[in-house]
Order: sequence, then C-alpha cells, then structure tokens
Amino acid sequence: MSGETLPCILSFEDVTFGFEDEPVLRNVTFSLRQGETLIVHGAAGSGKTVLLKIALGLLRASRGTVRVFGRDVTGLREHDWFDVRSRIGVLFQEGGLFDSLSIEDNVAYPLLNQPLLAAPQAEIDQRVRESLDFVELGHTLDKLPSELSGGMRRRVGIARAIVTQPALLLYDSPTAGLDPITANTIMALILKGRDVQRASTMIVTHRHQDGEILERYRYDEASAALRPAGAKGSPSFTRYMVLDQGRIAFIGSPAEFDLCADPLVARFASR
Amino acid sequence: MLDILKAPVLTFQEFIGLSARAMSGVVRKPYYWDDVFVQMDLIGVGSLPVVILTGFFSGAVMALQMSRALQTYGATSQVGQIVAITLVREMGPVLTALMVAGRNSSGMASELGSMKVTEQIDAMRALGTDPVMKLVKPRLIATAFVLPLLTVLADFLGLVGGWIVACSMLALTTGSQYWNTAWRALEYNDIAQGLLKPFVFAIVLSLVGCFYGMRASGGTQGVGRATTQAVVVASVWVVVLTFVIGRVFVTM
Repeated sequence: MSGETLPCILSFEDVTFGFEDEPVLRNVTFSLRQGETLIVHGAAGSGKTVLLKIALGLLRASRGTVRVFGRDVTGLREHDWFDVRSRIGVLFQEGGLFDSLSIEDNVAYPLLNQPLLAAPQAEIDQRVRESLDFVELGHTLDKLPSELSGGMRRRVGIARAIVTQPALLLYDSPTAGLDPITANTIMALILKGRDVQRASTMIVTHRHQDGEILERYRYDEASAALRPAGAKGSPSFTRYMVLDQGRIAFIGSPAEFDLCADPLVARFASR
Repeated sequence: MLDILKAPVLTFQEFIGLSARAMSGVVRKPYYWDDVFVQMDLIGVGSLPVVILTGFFSGAVMALQMSRALQTYGATSQVGQIVAITLVREMGPVLTALMVAGRNSSGMASELGSMKVTEQIDAMRALGTDPVMKLVKPRLIATAFVLPLLTVLADFLGLVGGWIVACSMLALTTGSQYWNTAWRALEYNDIAQGLLKPFVFAIVLSLVGCFYGMRASGGTQGVGRATTQAVVVASVWVVVLTFVIGRVFVTM
C-alpha cells in the first residue's frame, strides 16, 4: 500500500490561529497518514507548539478545518474531545508530569481518567509496569517526578504517552535542554515507540539529528535494536515540514528536504 | 479609550466564563472528594492559627477603642453590644476573608499557576480530565464550606477577646453585663448577614485564586504576578461585596 492510499490520521486544511493582526499560524495545510512520521522544524515562535496544541484540541483554530482520525474536530466541545484524545499520546516540552503524583500514578493517569480506556486495576498496573520497563525506568514506580533527572522525566513522559497504545503520537521538543547522549537515548525510545506500536508520529524539534534518527533508522523487534531504515522490513515513511512565522515554508520527503535550496530550510537540514 | 478598556473587560469576561463552568460543575459529575477534603484541611485547619489570632485581637482592640468613646457618655457597659454587632456583621467576615485571601487565594494562584507554566494543566486536559472539575471545583466547594465556619470561630473568639478587655481593663463592665448586652444586641438579620457574607466571599476568593492561577503565563515571573493579582483582586472584591451585601441588609 503506498503512502497516498493510507488512511489520513490528522489533517489541517487552511488552518489559521491567532488574532487578525497577528496570526500565529497562517493558512496551514498538511496531512499525516497512518504510520507516517512528520518532523516539524522551525525557529522559536514559528508556531510549532501551537500546531501540536491545535491537533490535540488544547487550542481552537480561528479558521480552517482540523480532522483527527477522519473526524472534523474544528468546533468540537471540550467534553467531546476526551474521546478523541484517548487515542492520542503526547509528550509536552516541559514534560507535563504531575508534581504531586508518583511516577506510577503519572503513567497510570490516562488509563484511570479516560472512560474509553477503563480497565481492571490489575491490567492497569501491568500496563504501567510494561510501559515503564519500555523506557527502562521500571524501578522508579514509587518516586516523585522531582526525584528524577530531566532526561528521566522525559522518559516517564514517553511512557505515559505510549501506555494507552495510541494511534497518533505527538512530541513537543522532546530533546530540548538535554545533553546529546541523553537526547539520543530519548530519540531511540521515541523511535522504538513508533515502530513497536506502528503509530503515526508528529514531532516538533530544533535538532536536525532528531529528524535524521527518525528518518534513517527503524526499531527491529526481533533483534531489539535500531537498524538502518530499509535494511530490514519496510523503509521509513517520513516527511519534513519547516514552519516560518506561522507559514509552511517547506513540506516534503527527506530527499526533497536535503536538496531544498531555500536558506531557511537548509538551516534545519544536516548540510 | 476603548483600547484601555479592552483588557479588563476581556479578563472579566473570562472570569465569568470560568465561574459559570465551575458553579455549574458543582451539580455535575465527576466529584473528586479526596481533593475536596485535602483542600478543606489546607484552607480550614491550615488557616486556624491566623484566624484565631485575628479574631481574638480584633475583638480585644475594638473593646479597647470603643470604651474611650463610650466613656464620654457613661455607657461603657454597652461595649459588648458594639463588639458583637461590629464583629458579627462586618469585622469577623471581612477580616477572616482577608486572611484567607492572603493565605489561600495566593496559594491557589501559585499552585495552579505553577501547574499552568509547566504544562500540567494542558497534560490534564490531554489525558482526559477537565481542569475546572478537578482543580477549581474542589477548591470552590471546600472554601464555601470552610470559610463560614472559620468566620463563626473568629466572631466567637473576637467576643472572648472583647470580654477579657472589658473585664480586666474597663472597671465599669462586668462579665455578665458584657455577654448580656452582646447577646441581646444580635438579631437574626445580623446572623444571616454574618453567614451570607463569608459564603459569598468564599466563592469569590476561590474563583479569583483559581482564575489567576489558570491564566498564568511567562514562567516563574508569571506565577508571581498571578499570585499578587489574585490577592489584590480578591481583597478588593471582599471590601466591595461587604458594602453591597451590607447595603442590601440595611434596606431590608
């Protein structure tokens, strides 16, 4: 099945957000298909986080149409968003972990609070443990977020994002403020989460290395290791988007991204 | 001129929106009773020392100051009446509310503000919880239940403070005289006023604290700003509302 024929998980059609005199997003149109990875680059204030928040229903588009899982969610009421969000996993830039809850309770939070994901307590406990083991933090169940390092908190955030086995994963600057080694660990976990769960992924990042990892590698479950994309199994299904002052300056395949002559786009490519 | 008014009008509109959602949420599920009891403990038990001290000494000071004026007319024996009326109608509810505004509205604004700037409130929404139901409603219910009780306590301790001053420092007043005049001075109207005020104040204090917390932005500086605004606005609302409610009761 080619990318074009796969079901559309998320689409923005001519979306504008903000006040008339100072829009944060302007006429943004793109789509994210099943299993696809969209890497969003852009300078600070270019509208990347706003894009994610609109996709998640935390902000409402001023104009245009947003569809999630094929459903028009543009004018959806807050209460109705909860069902849509139960199929979306998200990692916020600041982590968004609840200070007053233990790591176990933080990861269990979506399973305990989303009616569509209700499950017996024993199953919730098991999924929380599996999810924390996935990010290699199974030993931190009883700790509070303040007792963990920045990188560990991001990993808990990833565990919380994937615990519901969502069809769509949204990551907001997952490596911001981390040292390169920890950042690569985080990216490897994101890659693993994407490929194990076969989720569509939209990731906002400043680092071109983050995009390269997602574009060039796949997680091989059989060997439990990262492999170059295309070497084994299907090739990576990745696109790049560059935002500039709320507009899409570029959207296209990795090859187009590497060859794009626009200096603004070139800043985010690894040339 | 219109540009100057735009921001405060927008803020007030947002406040009314949050208040409407929180108030309508009181009669809707879900209820987070654990959070309500935690807030009752924080606001009620946590505020006891400051309310006890404020209530006691406000009654004592009032008896002391009023005795000078009453001495002029040879009516020192009526000090109990004045302390009772002033405390139950005005000073008890207002001083208790101001103490709770300083202690708890600020606490709510800083706690929710910190949650806002660290994206915990966004995370809450993204993970299936309505922050108004989970954060605002428990604080509203807890404050509305606890503040009238704190006010009754402050009123009583104020009367005790006045009684101690009256008996120990004002030679013309006896204990029985004091309590007799204090008790006889109070009417149902005063009691109703003295209980309605803290209930209304509680709604305003909790909503103002939560409102400024939930709209905090700009990192730690923004949280500090939200906290200051919450205390100032809540305190101003207390003195404005005490006048409005007092005016309504005076005309009744």
